[in-house]
Amino acid sequence: MEWIQQLVNGISLGSIYALIALGYTMVYGIIKLINFAHGDVFMLGAFIGFYAIARWEMHFILALLLSMALCAIIGVIIERVAYKRLRNATRIAALITAIGVSLLIEYTVIFFRGASPEAYPTVIESRNIEIFGAQISVQALLILAIAIILMLLLQFIVHQTKIGKAMRAVSHDADAARLMGINVDNTISATFAIGSALAGAAGVIFGIYYTRIEPLMGVLPGLKAFVAAVLGGIGIIPGAMVGGLVLGVVETFVSALGYSLWRDAAAFVILILILIIRPSGIFGKNTREKV
Amino acid sequence: MKKSKAFWGYIVLALVIYAVVQVLINSGVLNMYYQNMLITMCINIMLAVSLHIIIGITGQFSIGHAGFMAVGAYLSAIGTMKLELPFVSAIILGAVVAALAGLLVGIPTLRLKGDYLAIATLGFAEIIRIIFVNIEYVGGAAGIQVRHQATWTYAFFAVVITILVIANFTKSRHGRACIAIREDEIAADAMGINTTYYKVIAFAIGSFFAGVAGAIYAHNFYIIQPTTFNFLKSFDILIFVVLGGLGSLSGSVVAAIFLTVVTTYLQGFPETRMIIYSLVLILVMLYRPKGLMGTKEVTDLFKFGKKGGSKA
Repeated sequence: MEWIQQLVNGISLGSIYALIALGYTMVYGIIKLINFAHGDVFMLGAFIGFYAIARWEMHFILALLLSMALCAIIGVIIERVAYKRLRNATRIAALITAIGVSLLIEYTVIFFRGASPEAYPTVIESRNIEIFGAQISVQALLILAIAIILMLLLQFIVHQTKIGKAMRAVSHDADAARLMGINVDNTISATFAIGSALAGAAGVIFGIYYTRIEPLMGVLPGLKAFVAAVLGGIGIIPGAMVGGLVLGVVETFVSALGYSLWRDAAAFVILILILIIRPSGIFGKNTREKV
Repeated sequence: MKKSKAFWGYIVLALVIYAVVQVLINSGVLNMYYQNMLITMCINIMLAVSLHIIIGITGQFSIGHAGFMAVGAYLSAIGTMKLELPFVSAIILGAVVAALAGLLVGIPTLRLKGDYLAIATLGFAEIIRIIFVNIEYVGGAAGIQVRHQATWTYAFFAVVITILVIANFTKSRHGRACIAIREDEIAADAMGINTTYYKVIAFAIGSFFAGVAGAIYAHNFYIIQPTTFNFLKSFDILIFVVLGGLGSLSGSVVAAIFLTVVTTYLQGFPETRMIIYSLVLILVMLYRPKGLMGTKEVTDLFKFGKKGGSKA
């Protein structure tokens, strides 16, 4: 029954990737920018959660909400300060700026608190429960539960609320949306806020699950979450969820088969294969390039 | 006629610079610290110029340049340490394998555009790094020991050759084809330029010289480790090109020299250095998205004579 255990581990890891990937995919869908700083918002979320739980002794649900709220604000600040002027700039300029913002966040954190890692406090005792003969940790189930709740909430926001409708309209055609009286700037800011809040939540549950956080922890999960977003079809919200889960499961199985040193390569191999075979992703539609 | 005059002018200038520095080294004015800084400067110039041909000339946004540098570094280290080759043949071995790696990576990925290409090159660079971590023959994560063999002479002549080849490539028919691809790929395609061919060629040339830089880098230190060649190294190289001006050869050379000096003086404060780097990157993109020089060359600023010091 070991493989069921591995599957659950993979899904837990995958749901963290999925939460980060949602932010990537929403931002990309709306302004066609790979927000490299997204992985660092995830890192900031983990640290906010850490300070809230360990120093200010908050309940971890409160810490999760605090982290989400602060990350949403940080996301909006990043968008307003750095990306807003680049709406009409070339793609390369926007991408380089995003890399710059990412490095700035990482090294500002290192500058103020050093690069040493922090051990996350235990918020729930690690217990195993037996399901179908497999030992499954409570933490894995908790992560899964939080991720599912947040994803359902996101689906509700995107499909049932006014701001969600505006977001879908802007990502479809920003100019037409503006003509229809939608405030495009506010909609983009809202997208950043929601995406960053999800990354903040992912940071906190990552900390709880893996217990070790450090200022450069956001880089690799950030890149992998981007791979997950591409895998599912960038710009498509269910695609990011599926892509994240697939990536998490694949990585866990690569480790379980004894190739743990190759784990990080797996994500990039998937990325390159998907870009070569089906660049629009699992759920994407092919679009023809027009002159 | 005029062109070849300028060419010989630059060769003489390069020789004069070389002779002056060599005399300073021999007379002991430049100690080991400054010699090391000069070699690092040469390595950075090579990296900047080799990425310039990919990003600046051909317009293909690659952020995995450190991967090819790693190939050059490791293969040349294997050459000198395991196969007992002389240093020059080890450099050539490293560079040729790096160029082959460039071909291998370039052929599938260069079909992609913009952001996707950037991420794919980053992914390939990470895969290359992880492969070196997993090969016991080259020491795995602990790295491989290398003899210190790089001298100012090797570094300087490698830079001169790199700049000569890339400057002449840019001026040639092939270089103009690459510039056409940068300006508008679809239009270039419509004019009968084999865009894939030229993109792959530029990529392979860039990888070749990144391999040379990697080989000299490896032999300037006593050990090389896979972690040296992570994506932060790629971003370092990217900053040279972006700051200098996307499309300006002399711009990237000047930026590489300037940033090497800054880095050397900020060695004790790596966080401060990265904060300054990232702020520079953001501010340059926000206020001068073409980089400091744009596509202009230093020589354009000295139209009245041929005294422009585009080589250093």
